Amino acid sequence: MTDASMQENPEATPHPVSLTAPNERTRKRAKAERRFRAYGIAAVATGLFFLVVLFTSILSEGIPAFTRTVVSVEFTLTEQQREESEAELFKTKAYSNLFISALKTELDERGLNVEINEDAIERLLGKVGGTIRTFYSENPGKLGEPVEFDLAASSRVDGYFKGRVSRDTMQDSRFLEKSDLDLVDALKEAGVIKQAFNWPFITGADSGVDNPGGAGIGASVVGSFFMMLVVLGLSLPIGVAASIYLEEFAPQNRFTDLIEVNISNLAAVPSIVFGILGLAVFIQFMHLPQSAPLVGGLVLTLMTLPTIIISTRASLKAVPPSIRDAALGVGASKMQAVFHHVLPLAAPGILTGTIIGLAQALGETAPLLLIGMVGFVARGYPDGFLAGFTEPNSAMPAQIYTWASRADAAFYEKAWGGIIILLVFLLTMNIIAIILRRRFERRW
Amino acid sequence: MNDMSRVERQVDTNKIKLECRDCQVYYGETHAIKDVNVDIEDKTVTAFIGPSGCGKSTFLRCLNRMNDTIDVARVKGSFKLDGEDIYDKRVDPVQLRAKVGMVFQKPNPFPKSIYDNVAYGPRIHGLARNKAELDEIVEKSLRRGAIWNEVKDRLDAPGTGLSGGQQQRLCIARAVATEPEVLLMDEPCSALDPIATAQVEELIDELRSRYSVVIVTHSMQQAARVSQKTAFFHLGNLVEFGETGQIFTNPEDPRTESYITGRIG
Amino acid sequence: MPLLWLILIVVAIAAVGYVLGRARALQSAGGDSRGLHSLPTFYGANVALKTAVPAFGLLIVWLLVQPIFVNSQISGMIPDTEVEEGSSRSLVMAEVRRTAYGLENAVAQGNITEDAASNANADIAEVTQSLKDAGQIVTSEITQPILLAAQSYRVMNSGGYSVMSIAVILIALAGAVFSWRQTQSEYRARNVVEQGVRVLLLAAASIAILTTVGIVLSLVFNTWEFFKLYPASDFFFGTTWSPSFSGRGGSSSLGVLPLLWGTLYISIVALLVAVPIGLFAAIYLSEYASPRVRSFAKPMLEVLAGIPTIVYGLFALLTVGPLLLEVFGDDGLGWMKAGTAVMTAGLVMGVMLIPFVSSLSDDIINAVPQAMRDGSYGLGANQSETIRQVVLPAALPGIVGAVLLAASRAIGETMIVVMGAGAAARLSLNPFEAMTTVTAKIVSQLTGDADFASPEALVAFALGMTLFILTLGLNVFALYIVRKYREQYE
Repeated sequence: MTDASMQENPEATPHPVSLTAPNERTRKRAKAERRFRAYGIAAVATGLFFLVVLFTSILSEGIPAFTRTVVSVEFTLTEQQREESEAELFKTKAYSNLFISALKTELDERGLNVEINEDAIERLLGKVGGTIRTFYSENPGKLGEPVEFDLAASSRVDGYFKGRVSRDTMQDSRFLEKSDLDLVDALKEAGVIKQAFNWPFITGADSGVDNPGGAGIGASVVGSFFMMLVVLGLSLPIGVAASIYLEEFAPQNRFTDLIEVNISNLAAVPSIVFGILGLAVFIQFMHLPQSAPLVGGLVLTLMTLPTIIISTRASLKAVPPSIRDAALGVGASKMQAVFHHVLPLAAPGILTGTIIGLAQALGETAPLLLIGMVGFVARGYPDGFLAGFTEPNSAMPAQIYTWASRADAAFYEKAWGGIIILLVFLLTMNIIAIILRRRFERRW
Repeated sequence: MNDMSRVERQVDTNKIKLECRDCQVYYGETHAIKDVNVDIEDKTVTAFIGPSGCGKSTFLRCLNRMNDTIDVARVKGSFKLDGEDIYDKRVDPVQLRAKVGMVFQKPNPFPKSIYDNVAYGPRIHGLARNKAELDEIVEKSLRRGAIWNEVKDRLDAPGTGLSGGQQQRLCIARAVATEPEVLLMDEPCSALDPIATAQVEELIDELRSRYSVVIVTHSMQQAARVSQKTAFFHLGNLVEFGETGQIFTNPEDPRTESYITGRIG
Repeated sequence: MPLLWLILIVVAIAAVGYVLGRARALQSAGGDSRGLHSLPTFYGANVALKTAVPAFGLLIVWLLVQPIFVNSQISGMIPDTEVEEGSSRSLVMAEVRRTAYGLENAVAQGNITEDAASNANADIAEVTQSLKDAGQIVTSEITQPILLAAQSYRVMNSGGYSVMSIAVILIALAGAVFSWRQTQSEYRARNVVEQGVRVLLLAAASIAILTTVGIVLSLVFNTWEFFKLYPASDFFFGTTWSPSFSGRGGSSSLGVLPLLWGTLYISIVALLVAVPIGLFAAIYLSEYASPRVRSFAKPMLEVLAGIPTIVYGLFALLTVGPLLLEVFGDDGLGWMKAGTAVMTAGLVMGVMLIPFVSSLSDDIINAVPQAMRDGSYGLGANQSETIRQVVLPAALPGIVGAVLLAASRAIGETMIVVMGAGAAARLSLNPFEAMTTVTAKIVSQLTGDADFASPEALVAFALGMTLFILTLGLNVFALYIVRKYREQYE
């Protein structure tokens, strides 16, 4: 039958005789198809691979920041010992000697005989005497009772436990000597030195450049919190008001067009430019305090506004016109129709957009660099609610950047740990946004 | 079904190109096509008519496995093109579609030049060995699409710039360029004005000399004008299938009669 | 915080006004709210609006205008002899302001008595010393005119703020009384309030314009200052970037070309990573992937977009940099000297941009009508042929727009380059060398110790201007292309 069609068609039929027997060309085409598909799979896989690498390195590098090495020693100070020590010229030294002898006794009891000298203890645990003295002057009632002291080991010792410092690569310095590691090993065998959860990292403030062990992210979390309060308090009402105007009331004219063009362009302006704006307008021109969460919040508000306006307008647009018509039909004014009916129906969408905008603002770093939130070392919590806005403070991403740019590698661990905390906040916010969307999403 | 006997009668005049038996199509849970048996003859225009949603387009799309591109569609039954099951696992739908071309309801020229639109099929199927052959194929196809005279001076102009009727004839030329044996047309004139429709109908009649043409149409007049055989679909069933003249003058099934006289549909 | 108190007082007046206005409206209708033109709350809101809006408006305008006014007054007080060679009036003014704030803070802390601070004949050395004791930053050379200027600066400022407080409160009260007396049953309170709210909404929408104006003004103004101190041609065509650290200008070379090159190079590397991966991922996810794969992979890729840039910066600095160094460094191929390099920053930025490119392309590919694909399948094309020869050419303008948007993102990205690209400005082709970018230098010039009025700091604004114009141009062009593309299929 192919013959028949051949005779009638002057040209030879170009198609293979049978559908089930692929010819050379179809095979080649099928191969090209498979190759193309493989590129696609490879691209998706590469993207996911990067995601996995990113998260593995965050987790593997950051989790150690949540543990710290402590030496816990049970120690009893009698009234008499205290008085004797207070009479000495070098008071803290006297306390530290008492501590060393207590430690020695404890080690001896367990049958471990190691040389403990005072300098080594100072390299391992810092100024022990001072810590003990402060404790008893604050808690005189504890005199004569056994007290369990959890003393934070120095960051080098911490690094030795976490594998950052090893016997082979380390060099003797005033921070740690090789011989100290023998002592550390002995203490470890005795169970005196151990890993504990690093509460000070979560609750504490930044430490100085040479004390990575004591650095905490707590103060900058507070700084970020105040910034977010400013962002929320300004960008939500302004953003919603602007969106309502543009979506419901704006006449079709040049001015409205100008606003629209501005919003879509601002959404794509690099964040660093907002930092320049903040520096020039808020700090140089309006003389607001540098490094203050208030200024950071203002800058981030301007940055977040376009995002919030765009998402709010989308949710307002999603409310069908029939709702407005219904309200207008019973004699409500346009304003009442919008505020009584449209806005409540759009609220979940607006909220979702706002939370996502806030999450974006929370992770933003570049503008904060310019308004001085990085140079500032937050050493404590603000003094009160209002001071929280105006007192210089750091913010989470700025704090992470500060740690990452310090010379001591021990701070890197803190930076990764800080990122985990930052991501936990972001994740929580995004999950809330997703839940809100799932729960209140309405299909018209 | 009682129309089976009549189908048998037609065989002696023309060779059967495409034989469909017990065809079922499901869209997810919906049973869209039920037990359809149709024989498409070579060098004949077969029209599928019926009210909207009766499944005629769906059935048409089964004939070159366009339903494969829809995830939820499932097709059962036997479809034999020149005796070969087109739903056989070994069949490459790509090869099948080169043999069974398709023209769509809305003209859909690619956003390329007129030349590239027509050359697209021959290029992917490797029908031309050199530029000269390709030029020849393009010219021949455009002539068969009855549009050559209108576009021969502007082959580099974008295909999307043509008028609706020209676009549809371009799409027909594009389909013809791959040398199909069967040409499926899904309401090819529904987006065209009456003059363009007349041109396309004339073209369909010319195409009959080379191809087996299957056309889905809403317009009974069009079916009467262009087709030799007509199949009437209703609610997913093939109600009646036979000579066009007979279906329109002397339908056997009361539903066909109601539709033709305008009482349903 | 007197400003806070002022705000609270105005709010309180407005609140009282609301209650009284509402009560008066009800009273005028004989206690029956049906006799009123509008709901009683509208009468209250009318009073509250007319109290608060003018008062806050005045407050804002005053806060903006007063510093300008005081500055120009004080600036006129400084004799020309005080402006040294190589310095500028604005540098001296910065000095004056610093001294004034120093005095203010010192008085607040009790280090200096009010009398001593405002004594025009005070001994300069003594004042300087006591300011230093109070922990205030002052340069050593406070001169008599500067001290005088600083003292009158203080006086004018605090005087201005007192006047402002009184004026604001008076305006608030006047508004309250006026609108309270307006309140009668026939008064169309609803219309007035709604008109007022509408104006407020418009004001909120105008903030977008204000922001743009603020950005442009702060950039233009400071760039202008910079070009007064440093020749524009040297900035635009200079091929070396080496700011002096003295912070006083003179020996600095501030050519933008090496920075632009670094920016461009890193962005190109980033796009070379992001565009193929993002585009193919989008093609796969929109054309091939089963719904289940799509619903998993798409949000996962978008997680990459939600990660803050500081994380990518750290990733570049601490993970990717050392990794590349291991392969290409002295122990490996010997091409790389340090972990921070164009490659490091470019790679990481590319990863960051993958979801950006892929989700934009995804939208654009989905906008190509299905009829186009059907036409191609109907001719016997397989999926990859359809995508390559029909879908992608049709989507090309949109994809170009997406790539341009990604490029603008890459150019404006800060944290990754600050942490991953290095600090040396050079014109080199080796991607394993450290280079620096416009954004990174904006940060380093403005966070250093340089005086804000010196060319070393002001150059950051010129850089910001360059960056702003560059990204704005790219965005406008890209959005134009994308919009044209959308219109084609609507």
